[in-house]
Amino acid sequence: MLIDFFLSLKQHGLPVSVKEYLMLCEAMEKGVIHGSVDDFYHLSRICLVKDEANFDRFDRAFAAYFKGVESLAAVLPADIPEEWLKKLAERLLTEEEKAQVEALGGWDKLMETLKQRLEEQKGRHQGGSKWIGTAGTSPFGAYGYNPEGIRIGQEGSRNRSAVKVWDRREFRDYDDNVELGIRNIQLALRRLRKFAREGAEEELDMDGTIRSTANNAGYLELKLVPERHNKVKVLLFLDIGGSMDDYVHRCEELFSACKTEFKHLEYFYFHNFIYESIWRNNRLRHSEKFSTFDVLHKYGNDYKLIIVGDATMSPYEILQPGGSVEHWNDETGIIWLKRLTDLYRRAIWINPTPEAHWPWTQSIKMVRELMEDRMFPMTVKGLGEGMKALR
Amino acid sequence: MKFTGSQNYIATDDLKLAVNAAVTLQRPLLIKGEPGTGKTMLAEEVAAALGKPLLQWHIKSTTKAQQGLYEYDAVSRLRDSQLGEEKVKDIKNYISKGTMWRAFEADEQVVLLIDEIDKADIEFPNDLLRELDRMEFYCYETRETVVAKHRPIIFITSNNEKELPDAFLRRCFFHYIRFPDRNTMQQIVDVHFPGLKKALLKEAMEVFFDIREMPGLKKKPSTSELLDWIKLLVAEDIPPEALKSGDTNKLIPPMYGALLKNEQDVHLFEKLVFLAKRNR
Repeated sequence: MLIDFFLSLKQHGLPVSVKEYLMLCEAMEKGVIHGSVDDFYHLSRICLVKDEANFDRFDRAFAAYFKGVESLAAVLPADIPEEWLKKLAERLLTEEEKAQVEALGGWDKLMETLKQRLEEQKGRHQGGSKWIGTAGTSPFGAYGYNPEGIRIGQEGSRNRSAVKVWDRREFRDYDDNVELGIRNIQLALRRLRKFAREGAEEELDMDGTIRSTANNAGYLELKLVPERHNKVKVLLFLDIGGSMDDYVHRCEELFSACKTEFKHLEYFYFHNFIYESIWRNNRLRHSEKFSTFDVLHKYGNDYKLIIVGDATMSPYEILQPGGSVEHWNDETGIIWLKRLTDLYRRAIWINPTPEAHWPWTQSIKMVRELMEDRMFPMTVKGLGEGMKALR
Repeated sequence: MKFTGSQNYIATDDLKLAVNAAVTLQRPLLIKGEPGTGKTMLAEEVAAALGKPLLQWHIKSTTKAQQGLYEYDAVSRLRDSQLGEEKVKDIKNYISKGTMWRAFEADEQVVLLIDEIDKADIEFPNDLLRELDRMEFYCYETRETVVAKHRPIIFITSNNEKELPDAFLRRCFFHYIRFPDRNTMQQIVDVHFPGLKKALLKEAMEVFFDIREMPGLKKKPSTSELLDWIKLLVAEDIPPEALKSGDTNKLIPPMYGALLKNEQDVHLFEKLVFLAKRNR
């Protein structure tokens, strides 16, 4: 039975290993817990899940596996009817019925129908395939089988005072791809670390000391080396204003993470696309401009280039001289981007718009091609991959 | 031998289970959680509750795994050799034992705390795999294998600044200390300030959870900050009425510097309070 549980965790995409499974078995054998499902939930989580980002996935896997078992335990004492029937219903659905449910329609239609049904429905409902309730094939409600279903509060059973722990799904926020806090960004950026010894010599160089002492006929001669520092150099270009307004908060977080993480960080702002001038202080953007050429000349090719922008604009802004929305640009955006990527071979574009929307915007496709596919979404995973591409 | 929390440490059921599993199976327990939720305290309290000595190894960004085992002082041996000292002949004189060595050779089982393992270099946890798994290591200089007399109870804390390698994680139990809910928080405060006036506590908790729920804070105040703040409130003898948000002139809670540790947060907070005042 536990092997099935282990395999089902694996199917849910949790990185569990045999060693951890054996650890769980050993803990069970030594009697760390005594037969309560809640305890087993905690123990198996302690043993098998090593990252709070996976807690939510574990909760879902656990709920899926233990749906039947748990309700049996709750029922055994006395009052059978409601609990029993409720959970029974959801186990008795055939594969065909499940398939039928899938055919109901897309997301918009679901939302629309939900609204209607909510208005029509009065009172509690169980089973059936239309009304909102539990264990039915209707797309609305919980414990149901409709894959497109909308979850409306999957709560604990009536006889028990507490909601089941794993059904609470308290760790939903920790799942990756969703939340992107400063801490997460820093973690992702740290992959870019490159240590080097530069600067003042203050650490004892053991090998050097021994060698020089030996050369010195046994008389002690100390050798020192500089301490290790992170020497990655980063050039950050941020799109600002216009369509980027929606992402200001996330860009802010990325920026503050970058600032604490990299000692050599140079940043500039641009609007929509990079042309002959960029600026450093957004308030003084019209009076205090930097020539992009100067920037290219000042910062050598050991810098890594990170461009942050939604790349959502009219294609003319990239293709045409004079295409910029703000001023007359003599040379096209393509030329400027090419100058940048020619110099900085390690360059990526981070795009805060969700990856699923990319194919629908022509300019994103174009920029992606210009960047040789090195465009990454602004999620923890995307940043991680981006940092890998930068190394 | 079971850990059930202690007089000044409130442990939730899942935490107790994690500790007991680690103690029973003699495997390291990795503790993660927001800063200030009592990760380091846990090891101290477990050691006290089980009546075992506690050895602490605090990790810094420059710490090497080897330093926890032992260090060989080659320089002073070289110096002594020039001075012709007698003890230079025995290499043992120049090996200083690290925390893990001391934990391994202790005559009774000890509690070993490896604090903030994420601060060290990325390779650090990998260098300790065998040591944590088999509880033994080899000392090259003296050509001896040091094996733990009693497998120590090991607690490892992490603030998640770095991801830990999978191979390392597989050898540990893992527990994530969640931020305590209102009830647990009440218990924690009760344990630390038994004589606290009920009214003051209620108001303080309300203010505290309000601040925590404020959107946009860079660093949310945590348990240890709440305790500090209450200590200040008690020391200054501030009446519970002063904390009531109904009082329009004193919307900013007293001593809020103990709760907010970042000038941007303080600024944001003052701005929000100002807005709230104006809207009244």
